[in-house]
Amino acid sequence: MTNGVDKQISLESASAYFHNGMSLMIGGFGGVGAPPTLVNLILEKDIKDIFLISNDTGFPWIGPGKLITEKRVKKLIASHIGSNPEAGKQMQEGSLKVEFVPQGTLAEKIRAGGMGLGGILVDVGLGTVVGANKDKVTVGNKEYMIEPALTADVALVYAKKADRYGNLIYDKSARNTNPLVATAGQITIAEVEEIVPVGSLDPEEIVTPGVFVDYIIQSKGVDWKWVWELKQGTGSQEGQPSK
Amino acid sequence: MGLGIETRHRIARRAALEIKKGMIVNLGIGIPTLVADYIEQDLHIMLHTENGILGMGGSPQPGTEDGNLSNAGGYPVSIQPGASYFDSATAFGIIRKGLLDVTILGALEVSERGDIANWIVPGKRVPGMGGAIDLAQKAKKVIILMNHTDKYGNPKIVSNCSLPLTVREGADMIITEKAVFHCEEGKLYLREIMSPYTVEDVIQTTGASIVVDEQISVFQ
Repeated sequence: MTNGVDKQISLESASAYFHNGMSLMIGGFGGVGAPPTLVNLILEKDIKDIFLISNDTGFPWIGPGKLITEKRVKKLIASHIGSNPEAGKQMQEGSLKVEFVPQGTLAEKIRAGGMGLGGILVDVGLGTVVGANKDKVTVGNKEYMIEPALTADVALVYAKKADRYGNLIYDKSARNTNPLVATAGQITIAEVEEIVPVGSLDPEEIVTPGVFVDYIIQSKGVDWKWVWELKQGTGSQEGQPSK
Repeated sequence: MGLGIETRHRIARRAALEIKKGMIVNLGIGIPTLVADYIEQDLHIMLHTENGILGMGGSPQPGTEDGNLSNAGGYPVSIQPGASYFDSATAFGIIRKGLLDVTILGALEVSERGDIANWIVPGKRVPGMGGAIDLAQKAKKVIILMNHTDKYGNPKIVSNCSLPLTVREGADMIITEKAVFHCEEGKLYLREIMSPYTVEDVIQTTGASIVVDEQISVFQ
């Protein structure tokens, strides 16, 4: 669904697409490129029992990590949770079910979902626990695992710039999984630093075509301290900031 | 980690010798990150990161960091001339297609055949594999940098890994504070030791069969 050529909506309108138990993809890598305003919106609206698909769980106070810390996630597909001890703790306690996928395979499963494919053939992890209990197929004398594509009810991304049609441009290494996640949601909402008129972006520089993006919201910006800022400022190894 | 800063840097300095002109290189977290300090500028290396940079540079000056320009560990970096940004699927396409000349990783255990275990200690530490399996399985050359023994003094180089594997027969080299090993045709070759250790030290603290060369060089 699109709402004409102006896809910008209010936070209140965006929150109508969230529901308890939703499958949710969030762009970002270690919290870099994760959408801060939309993550906060999920917390404010008390959405829970989320099935989260994300490259990682950020840090406990950064990006999708906040959803873990606030115990909003019951199931997770990710490549890594090492920078979020809270995720590890919930996994050990059994309150968070975690499925690990090698990072490149996870990215490609999301891309496949967004591109309308059923899955991918991949050999990364064959011969390890990753390859156990996977369907396999031989193509050209090589064995591959069949990895089903991933999609989600809602996909949330962060972009530097959007026009009102939802064409997106990302920011340096904050691009990461965002262009993939943007394509793989039933509903995709992009949180954007700067919203510009249709026609003002060079079509050559657009990374995600607006056809994949249902709605855009204005970002309120990052509201967390990065780990390196904490270390620089205080010499502390952790020092989780108050909210 | 248990290794002093000087020792960690010596391991990194030795690893940097494996990096040749024009190579595409991915450095893992920990000691591997330090290798960047020892790569000569005129080699025109392109550093690759899993989060989507080819041509990563060093740390920016304090005060000029950009939260949206970081390495895979989330720390601020800069870029080199010729750098590019791309999404995660492309970052791993570069790895999976075999375009990485070298990846330098840490490990929990390495077997004498080059099996690597580096992402899970079942029931204790389960951080997830991140990009380790992609890297260890697909880079042209896999160099492991690690402590020779664990914190209890047990060998980390073993006949068979006890931990779940990251990759079978993936390691090409292992560099520890005591020695440099080459994994070739399913065997572990010792041709070089790190000062001030002796071949005897190395044999006694390694839990695997080693083929010891007649000519042993010493890395200072």
